[in-house]
Amino acid sequence: MKIGVPKEIHAGERRVATTPDVVKQLKKLGFEVLVEAGAGAAASYTDDAYATAGCEVVASAADVWAQSDIVMKVRAPEGAEAGMLRSGQTLISFIWPGQNPELLKDLTDRGVTAMAMDSIPRISRAQKLDALSSMANIAGYRAIVEAAQHFGRFFTGQITAAGKVPPAKVLVIGAGVAGLSAIGAAKSMGAIVRSFDTRPEVKEQVESMDAEFLLLEFDDEDGSGDGGYAKTMSEEFIKAEMALFLEQAKEVDIIVTTALIPGKPAPKLITAEMVQAMREGSVVVDLAAEQGGNCELTERDQVVVRDGVSIIGYTDLPSRLAAQSSQLYGTNLRHLLTDLTPEKDGEIVVNMEDEVIRGATVCTDGKTTWPPPAPKLSAAPKKAAPAPAPVVVAEKKSAAGPFIAAAVGGLALLGLGAVAPPSFMAHFTVFVLACFVGYMVIWNVSPALHTPLMSVTNAISSIIVIGALIQISSPDDTIKWIAVFTLLITSINIAGGFAVTRRMLEMFRK
Amino acid sequence: MISAGIVTVSYIAATILFILALGGLSNQETARRGNWYGITGMTIALLATIFGVVTQNYVELMVALAAGGGIGILLAKRVQMTDMPELVAILHSLVGLAAVMVGYANFMDPSVHFTGVELTIHDIETYLGILIGAVTFSGSVIAFGKLSGRIGGKPLTLPGRHLFNLGLLIGVFWFGREFVIESAVGGGIYPLMIMTGIALIFGIHMVMAIGGADMPVVVSMLNSYSGWAASATGFMLNNDLLIVTGALVGSSGAILSYIMCRAMNRKFLSVIAGGFGTAGGTVASSGNNEDQGEVIPVDADETAEMLLNASEVMIIPGYGMAVAQAQHVVFEITKALRAKGINVRFGIHPVAGRMPGHMNVLLAEARVPYDIVFEMDEINEDFPKIDVSVVIGANDIVNPSALDEPDSPIAGMPVLECWKGTTSIVLKRSMATGYAGVQNPLFFKDNTRMLFGDAKETLDAVFKAL
Repeated sequence: MKIGVPKEIHAGERRVATTPDVVKQLKKLGFEVLVEAGAGAAASYTDDAYATAGCEVVASAADVWAQSDIVMKVRAPEGAEAGMLRSGQTLISFIWPGQNPELLKDLTDRGVTAMAMDSIPRISRAQKLDALSSMANIAGYRAIVEAAQHFGRFFTGQITAAGKVPPAKVLVIGAGVAGLSAIGAAKSMGAIVRSFDTRPEVKEQVESMDAEFLLLEFDDEDGSGDGGYAKTMSEEFIKAEMALFLEQAKEVDIIVTTALIPGKPAPKLITAEMVQAMREGSVVVDLAAEQGGNCELTERDQVVVRDGVSIIGYTDLPSRLAAQSSQLYGTNLRHLLTDLTPEKDGEIVVNMEDEVIRGATVCTDGKTTWPPPAPKLSAAPKKAAPAPAPVVVAEKKSAAGPFIAAAVGGLALLGLGAVAPPSFMAHFTVFVLACFVGYMVIWNVSPALHTPLMSVTNAISSIIVIGALIQISSPDDTIKWIAVFTLLITSINIAGGFAVTRRMLEMFRK
Repeated sequence: MISAGIVTVSYIAATILFILALGGLSNQETARRGNWYGITGMTIALLATIFGVVTQNYVELMVALAAGGGIGILLAKRVQMTDMPELVAILHSLVGLAAVMVGYANFMDPSVHFTGVELTIHDIETYLGILIGAVTFSGSVIAFGKLSGRIGGKPLTLPGRHLFNLGLLIGVFWFGREFVIESAVGGGIYPLMIMTGIALIFGIHMVMAIGGADMPVVVSMLNSYSGWAASATGFMLNNDLLIVTGALVGSSGAILSYIMCRAMNRKFLSVIAGGFGTAGGTVASSGNNEDQGEVIPVDADETAEMLLNASEVMIIPGYGMAVAQAQHVVFEITKALRAKGINVRFGIHPVAGRMPGHMNVLLAEARVPYDIVFEMDEINEDFPKIDVSVVIGANDIVNPSALDEPDSPIAGMPVLECWKGTTSIVLKRSMATGYAGVQNPLFFKDNTRMLFGDAKETLDAVFKAL
């Protein structure tokens, strides 16, 4: 089958749906690839590079659309593009069917099989084709780069001959993929990073990146919704949250907001009052600008300065890192195609039984198949759910066990003491005490020395040689020879055990 | 000829030296001294007995002592560090055999006279000494066979094996009773021999039924038995030195077995009951195999590059490293990376390998300094800071389902949580499951890369690429 990659026509879009490296992999799957001339130019991929990788570079977009069986794009089809699709063709791109119902209807009516990269279910198996995560990662990184651009100071603290520079303080609201990426970027530039999220399970992730997680002291309301996204919180919670943000606004230099609730406008988290409270020269980067913004003062695709604070509302952050995002997006697409071509023969099979493919397919054969049945697996870490019942049972058992054992042991000892002669009891005392000495001594042995411990105890247990020595002087020949044989094997053991222990211990060195 | 008092004092000295020897092994600084204490104690005990108890047949004694000692030292010099478990197992079998021999010789010795209760107790002591000795002997021989690959590692699960064991146990009791009764009237050799046969069969059957992953438990358990055998012999001979030493060794082995069981979150009895591998095989197919996703393979060059880009590397060796004899090249890689300022450390699971502490010995052999080798409990918290974990021929000890899946056969077993690091590279020959027969979700994780092939060859390639 032929894959066509047209140039993106959306204004300012620099990304491209495939890169020369990805093309090489696609050819291994048995596909032919057509690329529109200049498609990768804005992302620094030349036509020559595509041609070298084995693409056919086609001059006009119309030819690409007409000749290919599968069209791969970044943005959803716009303007004339949808009109060029025909029945039986497959389109793979971002589609946002929820926001673009008309486009979805149009695609359905045309009999196109459309796979939306934004509808890939967020389950662990699908992570390698999760383009939203790839793009969010880039957006988070770029958000910090943009912030640095508009922030008039260092991120890292320094003590120089010309005086001390304090490190910048960055607050990242929403610790999803973009938030974590922003935390990582800000951290590696040397800033002090704090983060807030309504989902308590991300605390560990934030702390693993050496950032501080701001915890809201509140009747542990859990903000985790289905599929690893956040849900809307109660009014009291939001009030407490806003108070926290206001307090933080006075302290921090940079705020990055990434709070999104699926299918709803972005929550307003940063009010004009908070912006006012921020220091002159501070920066707010609003990654939710596309959904209306987390900051009241955000203007879409603009940088505005209010009360001396720069508020960045770019919605095209991944496109501003076009080479990187094209590479990751292209790889996501390639993983999807790998799943679609189980035979590696260049023929795609849309297997609606496969949860991932089912989720991505928004329409096929003239039928709308969106929204898919809700994914069952959450991308959030499963809460530890050890079955409590068996544990309780085990504890009960272990509580009664020692008593029973002690009682039985005590009775047995009493019985023994009643019949055994004193000489035996004397030996028995020694035996029991020795067991305890052994117990005390061995607990301190370092696990690294367990093997030498075993070989040395093995050598020591050959003390049984004493028995053989006692018997060797027997006048009875059979006993004598048995003793000689025993002496032979135990001395193998003594010499071997000690020598091999010595050899091992010699090897341990600092 | 020295007096009985001097002999006793020498025995006390030997006892103390043995305790000091075990105590000395508690850390690397004092371990060598500990071994010398042991050697000194043994020498004192031997000399005191030879000059204080033995009255004739010195020639045979010296020949046997010299021949045995020579063979022992030769064995110790020749053995490969990867073969340590086999050596330890075969040495255990010798202790068991010695206990049996001493028991029989003592039974046949006409100079030993007891009457009444004392005779009964003496008979029971003899009987027990031979019983434990025989189980230790046959069990160790089978363990040796399994460890050296002469006998298949798969657990042998006879139908009704528990009943079979129970039958053997009843037989032991029955013939014990017969033995005591017959011995009172001067006989008893036949029940003793039948019991020895039963004990040998029991030892064989017990170890045959235990799977490869449980070998560390078996080896330490046999270690313990060899001690109890010595102790029982001590009771029989009325010799406190044997009793004390045997008890020390016995409890040491018992503690090791307990530590090993705890490291696998298994009950001692269920290990001994055996059949672990097969039970795991059926459970593994019950759902956790589905939808595992795909593994992401890498080659040696990519591995080298990942290692060079890391600043914290954790190496997790398993039995696969021992099989491939890869410990030396592992250390070459470690040296190369450390020279570049990369912090390479080793994380050891208590049951990695075939006997307790096996991995530590292998790494020590390759001259890895012991201060970069850490136990599981010491480093498990550090994994989130680790850039690259290299898992060499290990499987179950890095299986996340031990923590996530309550119905997994290895659920609750503490594991090295390498998946919490940035990347894990797993070296493996194929996608086969571990000894527990459980599929390992680690291999399918996003941040896991698989490097297939023989551990030594692939690591050689990685080293070249560095």
